[in-house]
Parts: sequence; structure tokens; C-alpha cells
Amino acid sequence: MTLQHIRDNANAQVTGINHGAGSDVSLPTNQLDLVKLQAGDLAPVTLSVAAGECLVLAGASGSGKSRLLRVIADLDASMENAAGQIFLGGVDLLHYSGPEWRRRVAYLAAESQWWFDDVAAHFSIMPTPEQMQSLGLKPELLQQAVSRLSSGERQRLALLRLLVQQPRVLLLDEPTASLDPEATRAVEQLIADYRQQHQAAVIWVSHDVNQAGRVGQHYFYINQGRVCDQGDGSTRTEDE
Amino acid sequence: MNSIVLLSATDLALAAVLILGLALLSLLMGLGLIRSLTVAALRTVIQLILIGLVLKAVFAQSDPLWTAVIALTMLLVAGREVMARQHRRFDGWWGIGLGTSAMFISTFSITLLVLLVIIQAEPWYAPQYAIPLLGMMFGNTMNGIALGLDRLTQQAWQQRAIIEARLALGQDARQAIADIRRDSVRTGMVPMINAMATAGLVSLPGMMTGQILAGVDPVEAVNYQILIMFMVTAGTGFGTIAAIVLGARRLFDERQRLCLGRLSPGRYS
Repeated sequence: MTLQHIRDNANAQVTGINHGAGSDVSLPTNQLDLVKLQAGDLAPVTLSVAAGECLVLAGASGSGKSRLLRVIADLDASMENAAGQIFLGGVDLLHYSGPEWRRRVAYLAAESQWWFDDVAAHFSIMPTPEQMQSLGLKPELLQQAVSRLSSGERQRLALLRLLVQQPRVLLLDEPTASLDPEATRAVEQLIADYRQQHQAAVIWVSHDVNQAGRVGQHYFYINQGRVCDQGDGSTRTEDE
Repeated sequence: MNSIVLLSATDLALAAVLILGLALLSLLMGLGLIRSLTVAALRTVIQLILIGLVLKAVFAQSDPLWTAVIALTMLLVAGREVMARQHRRFDGWWGIGLGTSAMFISTFSITLLVLLVIIQAEPWYAPQYAIPLLGMMFGNTMNGIALGLDRLTQQAWQQRAIIEARLALGQDARQAIADIRRDSVRTGMVPMINAMATAGLVSLPGMMTGQILAGVDPVEAVNYQILIMFMVTAGTGFGTIAAIVLGARRLFDERQRLCLGRLSPGRYS
């Protein structure tokens, strides 16, 4: 996959209006492209997640799934002297500062963190009561102390905390790990709605095969340090 | 002014019996303090005798170079001590450089200001004033900076998940570490603020004690004490803030990612 191929793909997904003959304005898409990206001990990865689509990533514990997500979110550096690149809508990660990139490419860790006493203090934008209820959360929870929340409530609130900022890409690290089946379905529905409404690209780490079937359009797994496409068994680590 | 009662070697030996008593108690109770106690006591005696001789020689002549040499030595030793008190110190030059440069800027600037503008001795760099002032400044700023930096690195290490969660929400490095930074500066400042709050009520600080012993009128002695406490608090404050701000920035790389790899486990010596 060449850089030109990536840009062509990105342009092909433009849903905006042409501003007249001769202009080359293309609205930014949310396609995520990884080109020979090295994360931790994994072999270089090259793959794309189109806007509005969800890629499910599976693999044994410790295989490097979280590390890969963190490198994509620019929370960890990829290997030194690595030639890998990441593109959002055809724009190189390096064109953004770290915080600017992370506002667009949002990483949700498996275990949520809370640092103020009150829930509301963590939110830059307050979620609407409808958003709270769609996850089975009472809107009053926002006024409560964090210490009174259950782990399931914390996990769902952490997801909302991320979504209210309207990121263009979601990197979800086992977002339903400690939720009951009803809350799990609610989360899956909310993310599917968000994905379609904002045409966001999603990478979803999950161990649950059934969930993978419900939420994903593409399935990848990590086998012996290589990210493999489950569809046809081909590895996504070719050198070009 | 009455002349001070001079102490003889016998007097000091009697005082040393107190330390020996403590060492004996440590031995009997198995506290394991003998070694560090006796080494520290010996160091105190030797170092103070030497500095007394050095200061006597320096005060006898008027070349400011010697004052500068002593000041620089104090700075470097204090810088090394700050680093030695870190549970996790910064790698490379930053380990000793952080504390040293913070102390250099805050201590020298405030001491110069006081010598030139407030005390105005003849000459302004008279070692009888410059060296004791610098000594007290270094002693206290060293404490504050060591405490503050230790708090910063400990908190950053323990709260790494929180810092990264805040980064992941798109906060910049400054926002993500703001609470830890505030906490660390506060930690560095608390001892001096407590000292100021209780000065005269709980303890008579060292400087005025020395002057009173030498026969200075107590009402005059407290003037110098007040000056010193303001100087030292300001120096500790500015120095701690400088060290924490620089240290907090050093914890992140050019992409504003958290880089705890820049810290290595230190030794508590």
C-alpha cells in the first residue's frame, strides 16, 4: 500500500460537496491508516480502517494489543528509528501535536481512571440525560462522588467522557469487560450509533467471539507477534 | 556587648558523651543506628573544624574570589545532596542539574539582592555576611527542593495511569500533571511555612540564637532573623517552583507523552 493509495482511498470517501470546477477541496475523512507501524515487539503492521467501520482485534493476553492501541493513540512511542507512519484522513500524525492528535484519536483504556472527587469534574462537556440513559445510567450519577460508583458505572461513564469530545477515531480496549449482558448490549449500540453518525473509525479489542460478530466488519488477531487478518489468514506485515 | 563564653575541647568532649550515650542505647536496643550516628557525628566535627579554619582565613583577606569558590562548593554539594535524596532520580545530567540550577538561580539572585540593597556592607561581598547568608539559603532551599522533587517523581510514578488517562482525553502535558505539580510545590514549601508560623513561639531560630549568645541585644537580633526567614522562604519557594516546573516538563517528551523511562530508581543514602 503506497501513500498515494492511502490518499486516493481517503478522497474516495469524501461525502462533501464540490465547491466548483477546478477546486480540489476534500473534506477530511476519518479513515485510519497504519503503514509499517511498529508497536513493542510486534512485527511492522500495515492496515486501514475505513471511516464508519469497526475492526475487531483479538489475541492472547500480553500479546501486545493494548500496546498497539497506545502507539496509535501516540501515548507510547513506536520503536526508535522505526519508519512506521499513521494517517488520519490522509494526514500524517506528525502534522498534529500530541494533544491535538489524541483529541481526534481517542484511546479508552481497559481500566478507567478517576482523579477528582466528583464525577462531573472529569467531563469537559456534560453528557445529555439521553446519552446517560442509553447506557442505562441515571443522570443523577453525574453529581455524585466517584467513590460511590460501581466498576460497571465507571466504565460506562469513562466511555461517555470520551465520546462527548466527538473524536474521529475510537480505540477501545475491552470496553465491556466488566459489564453485564444488558449493559454490554447498550454500549455496543451506543458505539454503533456513534460510528455511523460521525463516520468514525473504530478499533475494538475484544476476547468475545460473539461480540466480534456483532460489532465488527473486519477481524484481526495477533499470532506470534504478527497482526493477522482473520478473513483470509494472510498476514498484514508485508514489506513493500 | 558582653564577650561570648568560649568553649574548650573538654567542653565539647562532655557534649560528645551525650552522643556516645545515644550510641550505647542504640546498641543495647538493637536499633542499628551506631554506624550512621558515629559517622555523622565525626563528619560534623571534622567538617565544622575545617570550615571554621577556612572561614577564618577567608575573613582575614579581601579577595572576593575565595568567597566565590566557597559559594560554588556549597552549591555543588547541595546539588548532589538533592539528587541523593530522590527515590527516583532523573537520568543523566538532569539528575544533579535540576536541583543545582534551581538552587543556583534562586539562591544567588536573592542573596545578591539582599547583600547589595538591604545589608549594604563594606564591601558588599564581605565574606562575613555573604557566606553565612549563602549557607542558610542553601541549607533550606536544598531541603525544600529535595522534598518537592521527590514528591513529584513519586507521584508521577504512582499515578502514571491517571496522567495517561488525562493525556488520552487530549489534555496537554501541563494540564495532565497540574495537580501533582501543585502538590509537589506545596510539599517543598511546608517546612519553611511551618517554621515561620512557629518562630519565636516554639523555637528560637539558629541565627538569632547565635547573635544572642554573642551578646547582641535580642531586639536587634530578631531583625536579622526576620530578614533571614523572608530570604530563605522566598529562595525555597522560587527554587522549588523552578525545579518542579522544569522537572514536570522533563517527564514528557516532544509529543507530550509521559516518559517515566527518564527516571531511574535511586538510592536512599
